Amino acid sequence: MAAHHALSTKARLRVLLPRIVLSPSLALVAIFVYGFIFFTTYLSFSDSKMLPSYGWVGFENYKTLFSLRMWDIAVTNLAIFGILYIVICSVLGLFLAILLDQHIRAEGFIRTVYLYPMALSFIVTGVAWKWFLDPGIGLEAVMHDWGWTSFQFRWIKDRDMAIYTIVIAAVWQTSGFVMATFLAGLRGIDGEMLKAARVDGAGTFAVYRRIVIPQLRPAFLSAFVVLAHMAIKSYDLVVALTNGGPGTATAVPSTFMYSYTFTRNQMGIGAASAEIMLLTIAAVIIPYLWSELREDPR
Amino acid sequence: MTLRPARILLYALLALFCVYYLLPLYVMLVNSVKPLSEITSGGMMNLPQAWTLAPWKNAWSEAQVGVAATGLKPYFLNSFAMVIPAVTIATVLGALNGYVLTKWRFRGDTILFGLMLFGCFIPFQIVLIPMARSLGFLNLSGTVGGLVFVHVVYGISFSTLYFRNYYAAFPTELVRAAEIDGAGFFTIFWRILLPNSGPIAVVCVIWLFTNIWNDFLFGASFSDFSSQPMTVALNNLVQSSTGEKEYNVHFAGAIMAALPTLFVYIVAGRFFVRGLMSGSVKG
Repeated sequence: MAAHHALSTKARLRVLLPRIVLSPSLALVAIFVYGFIFFTTYLSFSDSKMLPSYGWVGFENYKTLFSLRMWDIAVTNLAIFGILYIVICSVLGLFLAILLDQHIRAEGFIRTVYLYPMALSFIVTGVAWKWFLDPGIGLEAVMHDWGWTSFQFRWIKDRDMAIYTIVIAAVWQTSGFVMATFLAGLRGIDGEMLKAARVDGAGTFAVYRRIVIPQLRPAFLSAFVVLAHMAIKSYDLVVALTNGGPGTATAVPSTFMYSYTFTRNQMGIGAASAEIMLLTIAAVIIPYLWSELREDPR
Repeated sequence: MTLRPARILLYALLALFCVYYLLPLYVMLVNSVKPLSEITSGGMMNLPQAWTLAPWKNAWSEAQVGVAATGLKPYFLNSFAMVIPAVTIATVLGALNGYVLTKWRFRGDTILFGLMLFGCFIPFQIVLIPMARSLGFLNLSGTVGGLVFVHVVYGISFSTLYFRNYYAAFPTELVRAAEIDGAGFFTIFWRILLPNSGPIAVVCVIWLFTNIWNDFLFGASFSDFSSQPMTVALNNLVQSSTGEKEYNVHFAGAIMAALPTLFVYIVAGRFFVRGLMSGSVKG
């Protein structure tokens, strides 16, 4: 009887122990991800100014948010930045991956060079490009020093062009990652099929266009998901490169949120802007996670 | 094989892109070892005429960062004090979670994993306000400990993802056989899974190290002058310098901030790339 009892306790522990081990992490995620999302969502419907406050104001903060010129600028900037960033990174990444796939000598070295910016902090990247693009000491000054005195490149000081300097620096940092994603995809393609196509007389260009690129769909998808969510979250690079300026010309939703919440004491509006960022990312990520995990074999 | 024109063009293009990616590093390096006057006179691309290590010394121990003229050294140490415990704790928790989620499965575990995974992708702006208040409540505001806590919380999603995908490929029969032999939950983990976890542990540690070292948003939001990490201090150095901008000092500081992650990338690049590629969720 006693033995039987001990066994059943042991058996129960055997079932429970794994869940006990998992539970601290689950609790952290439940509170600090989902609980916090809930809290911020509530704040976005509240009259919070400098500190959280719980008076319900309905959609007032969202109405104000959408009427703000700075939010308008931030969203437009994100659209310009996001689209150019994703498109240029994908095209450049694919191009470099195809170049590197031609049985290159020193491929490992070249790959290392293309990918190292990914290991750097966006603040470091921001500092390097900030001064390189600065007309006073950077590219423009260098060209003048070299004798091309009419050369002008002052996008970083130009309200209409500054957002494109962020694209330049961000593409420099991330395109190597996209290259690596596509290169891994290219290496996974069945070599026999390519040989057969070559035997049938297809040129290199035709082989890539007809056979290789269509098979890179999964690589495109994961590159897109990573790039899209990086674009929406980008904050450090903007702070380091332009600090949202000149004026508010390079404001993006993440800098808007920070400024309204912590420096302008409009916490309700800041929370509403964070909410819009979350929903935008969720629209990209949830379908992706769903499709990836759905076919999980049980 | 003889070099056809197409091959020459190919190598020329590859070399051109090498120049493109290395250019900012070159700019940072050469300008960190030349006097300021050589930069301001339009010589950013030139090698130094008068080599000097003064900018490095200045950036490390003399430059005005925030309120005090301490250089970047204390912040560099803050970053290490933050990164080491955060990476260790998040990796250990991730390994245990991955073990449970693959070898001790239960109803609904995939959904729980999916819910955890979403934590990898949320824009952290959504947690800034409540986290600032919670850290105050926990008495961790403006401390390195507070930053460690925040990075552990948002690091376990990644570490769990890595270990889960890795352990999924590990033969479950071995685990069941050991169980029949009377080995318990932790014995199996310690004796069977952990000795086989070398590569993924390296991937996970490198990924977390790089991400946490490079973090700026949490550092800027939750630290004060005594606990700021390197990225925040570097940004303060570059943005707030009053009077003459000491570009050479900024570049030296930027390289200091980049060195630890760059070092890891150069010694263990293979694992770094694997970590990046594990963006695919299924593994």
